[in-house]
Amino acid sequence: MTAARTAASQAPVALDATDRAIINRLQDGLPLAERPFARVAEELGIGEGRLLYRLEQLRDSGVLSRFGPMYHAERLGGGLTLAALRVPEDDYERVTRAVNAFPEVAHNYRREHALNMWFVLATETPKRIAEVIAEIEAATGLAVYNMPKEEEFHVRLHLPV
Amino acid sequence: MSRTDAERRLRGLLEKGLPLTPRPWQTLAAQAGMSEDEALACARRWQDDGLIKRMGLVVRHRRLGMAANAMVVWDIADKRVSEVGRALAAEPAVTLCYRRPRRLPDWPYNLFCMIHGVRRERVLAELRAIIERQALANTAHQVLFSQHAYRQHGARYTREETT
Repeated sequence: MTAARTAASQAPVALDATDRAIINRLQDGLPLAERPFARVAEELGIGEGRLLYRLEQLRDSGVLSRFGPMYHAERLGGGLTLAALRVPEDDYERVTRAVNAFPEVAHNYRREHALNMWFVLATETPKRIAEVIAEIEAATGLAVYNMPKEEEFHVRLHLPV
Repeated sequence: MSRTDAERRLRGLLEKGLPLTPRPWQTLAAQAGMSEDEALACARRWQDDGLIKRMGLVVRHRRLGMAANAMVVWDIADKRVSEVGRALAAEPAVTLCYRRPRRLPDWPYNLFCMIHGVRRERVLAELRAIIERQALANTAHQVLFSQHAYRQHGARYTREETT
């Protein structure tokens, strides 16, 4: 990924009042119903077709990545953890490619710290976490700091936009 | 958790996201090989069982102009960490809050929270206010701003089936 493309893909998108209302409402979740979008559209006072069109546009412009289930990984029998690496600056690109080659890597952020690469691992089984960590250590030659969640404090995930 | 093949397919499809169609469950059900009613019943059961927290919407903060994304980490005495975690989670600016293990000697922090904002100064001002409200002035903490997201896709727990 080139720097120019990255910058373009992360430039802010202008939203109008309808977009904001849609995002704010949908951050609370979508009802489990045959016509969930029709229900939300009615709440917002717009038509179902209009809402779907707006959502497509928000998805195409990269504001929304997806509508999906927020899973409890542990209850699904899957594994989930946050891991970090201390990557030498001149090796950062190679290590990024090596880490992102693993389909289990769900997010990967560069952060300003000696531990400068932070990624989330999501696996089908809990025991697969340790395997993937060992594979990442072998692929990168670096020690992985594994920091699984021990307790979650519930927030109302809502960013007013 | 016992699952039929159709349920497993539905779960795999759902991880890619709900389609933007008037009857999204009908769309998914057709692909998974079940009826719309069965697909919805499945989703309700998963939600009731707590496998799915909610059908949400994943926003990309940067594309909303929320360019500053800070992971704030704290070193809290073990006996107080749950109490402080609950207090931080109740702060409106905090979007995620978890207790995680320390990794001594390099990493003494055991409480992690996320604060998003339009600009760094705003996030840091918000953090100062939180420190004051929660009396955390003497608590060791660090702010790790993200410089770049290299990958953002949802977690995938179901392997793609090659058909």
